Amino acid sequence: MPDLLKAPMALEFPFTRSLGPVQSAFLTGLRERVVLGVRTGDGRVLVPPVEYDPVTAEEIRDLVQVSATGTVTTWAWNPEPRRDQPLDTPFAWVLVQLDGADTALLHALDVPDATSVHSGLRVRVRWAEERTGAITDIACFEPAQDGQAAGRTPAARHDGAFDDPVTGIVAPARLDYVYSPGRAQTAYLRGLAEQRNVGERCPSCAKVYIPPRGACPTCGVATAERVEVGPAGTVTTFCIVNIKAKNLDIEVPYVYAHIALDGAGLALHGRIGGIPYDQVRMGLRVEPVWSENSRFPDHYRPTGEPDADYDTYKELL
Amino acid sequence: MSTAHKEPVAVVGIGQTKHVAARKDVSIAGLVREAARRALDDAGLDWPDIDAVVIGKAPDFFEGVMMPELYLADALGAVGKPMLRVHTAGSVGGSTALVAANLVAARVHGTVLTLAFEKQSESNAMWGLSLPIPFQQPLLAGAGGFFAPHVRAYMRRTGAPDAIGSLVAFKDRRNALKNPYAHLHEHDLTLEQVQSSPMLWDPIRYSETCPSSDGACAMILTDRAGADRSPEPPAWVHGGAMRSEPTLFAGKDFVSPQAGRDCAADVYAQAGITDPRAEIDAVEMYVPFSWYEPMWLENLGFAEEGEGWKLTESGVTELDGDLPVNPSGGVLSTNPIGASGMIRFAEAALQVRGQAGEHQVDGARRALGHAYGGGSQFFSMWLVGAEQPAG
Repeated sequence: MPDLLKAPMALEFPFTRSLGPVQSAFLTGLRERVVLGVRTGDGRVLVPPVEYDPVTAEEIRDLVQVSATGTVTTWAWNPEPRRDQPLDTPFAWVLVQLDGADTALLHALDVPDATSVHSGLRVRVRWAEERTGAITDIACFEPAQDGQAAGRTPAARHDGAFDDPVTGIVAPARLDYVYSPGRAQTAYLRGLAEQRNVGERCPSCAKVYIPPRGACPTCGVATAERVEVGPAGTVTTFCIVNIKAKNLDIEVPYVYAHIALDGAGLALHGRIGGIPYDQVRMGLRVEPVWSENSRFPDHYRPTGEPDADYDTYKELL
Repeated sequence: MSTAHKEPVAVVGIGQTKHVAARKDVSIAGLVREAARRALDDAGLDWPDIDAVVIGKAPDFFEGVMMPELYLADALGAVGKPMLRVHTAGSVGGSTALVAANLVAARVHGTVLTLAFEKQSESNAMWGLSLPIPFQQPLLAGAGGFFAPHVRAYMRRTGAPDAIGSLVAFKDRRNALKNPYAHLHEHDLTLEQVQSSPMLWDPIRYSETCPSSDGACAMILTDRAGADRSPEPPAWVHGGAMRSEPTLFAGKDFVSPQAGRDCAADVYAQAGITDPRAEIDAVEMYVPFSWYEPMWLENLGFAEEGEGWKLTESGVTELDGDLPVNPSGGVLSTNPIGASGMIRFAEAALQVRGQAGEHQVDGARRALGHAYGGGSQFFSMWLVGAEQPAG
């Protein structure tokens, strides 16, 4: 195998969520140290509550309060807690059936080792010191040692009304990958480091792909023959960007163009500089301007050649 | 392709939410429920009458809901029933409806609930489309910057006058005033305002772009026996097809993609249509930026290449023209991305059922619903009619 480029890649975004009436009551309740469930049409109590009956599909709003103490129904030991898990020391994942509930809630149990947890263990909520109306208001569960049998405390009706209810939460999502661009793009990126544009030719249709993907998406065959294209090319089409994009340190207006490098089978995208934005046109001949601190050309500037004839690039828009 | 061996598919229920910028009063479950309940009410049915549920939504990273088929099963009455999810980027609402239709056509299920949704207010499409991938050059222009060069290519290819895009935007926003479910209701908008709105990604102006919406759309599809029980006239599916092609390849025609042309040709062949301009009474097409109306008019065979803009310019695509396009106000007036394709399909069905209210096209008997997505990577379309298809 060739030596491939690799890099960590983290996709992370804080999505917001509107809660609706049932989840709003549940999370606001946690803030007030109250655990709410919902009663279904057949009389069962679901904790956490849901908005719609899993059996009849009817809307359900009959909230009830259950105990903050319950029984472990099953568990799994987590020897190596990961980022953002409830505890940073080894703990048990547990399903806890709170007294008064008919279903179990997933959470973490703080015990020193796996011999300290078993199904049937009595546990209680350890509330977080600072509570905001989130599932993390339950810091974790801890052994209760109350000597009680399960389910002695019946659920009690609750109107779900609290002052200053929580109506929305932020739900951060994060995925971690190790990303490799693969053989063909690795070779392309190494070419760019020498300010050369190296694509790959399809053995079937003879089109040159840049950047190369290692295969021709039209013919469905692998590509291997490396072909240097450019450095000059033709602006095939473009737009003038008048609004500043977040995270982009480019003064507007600027021209974002499709550029067909000489010899390439399709256009790539780049910024046009070295010419007033309102003088850029389809057919303009351009060449890359490299910068010290970027792998890619900073922008493309006019070569001064006469414009390309439309017929020479009309298939490359 | 012969369709004689297939079960005819009828649309007997349609439900939408009132599309708005932000539905902070409901969870995603509450949002989809509202559309599904309205579709059931329209069909005179209830949850036990549904045999299967097929849902679609925008790509996962848009709103971060990775497995909606798990989370939404209760809200959609799917417990104990088959539930499927469809993924095809912006075209997903259309292809979701087609998967549901095929389940009925194949006699796998008698009555299917199909639904698509998005809460753009709790989502970030721009982030989802420009994930920071190592070694890759960041996107330099934003969403409109992806589309604007294709619009310029269309203008160069056809010689269309600069004002065509503004005519489409003005028409669609006026049509939206007649659709109570549309997001944008710009009562005082004038053509001059559209034409003087800020140029964002030249040649695309602000008023020629779609809004960000929260909304859901649901339909009930059923077989002949189900159609017989329907309290309201059904819309019948006369043809449906999907096509895909790579996002980027040498020779790709972004102005008139091959996959779009092939998809339309397949639908017309199934429906026995030889002259779409003459035989189709209304079109709901996916126009996220106004210039896509003339582009798709050509791609879908309503005009010769280079002639689509002339239909727009001469008023043919107006609500009272002879080929009304987007009588609902279209994507330009309402865009919960994951639902936008299904809204096109549902609005086409409303037209042939005669239930489009103030934006009804007089005497509409056959209508086309069209969706596309993923940078012209996916296409899905259906043709619905007031009559049960022959065969």
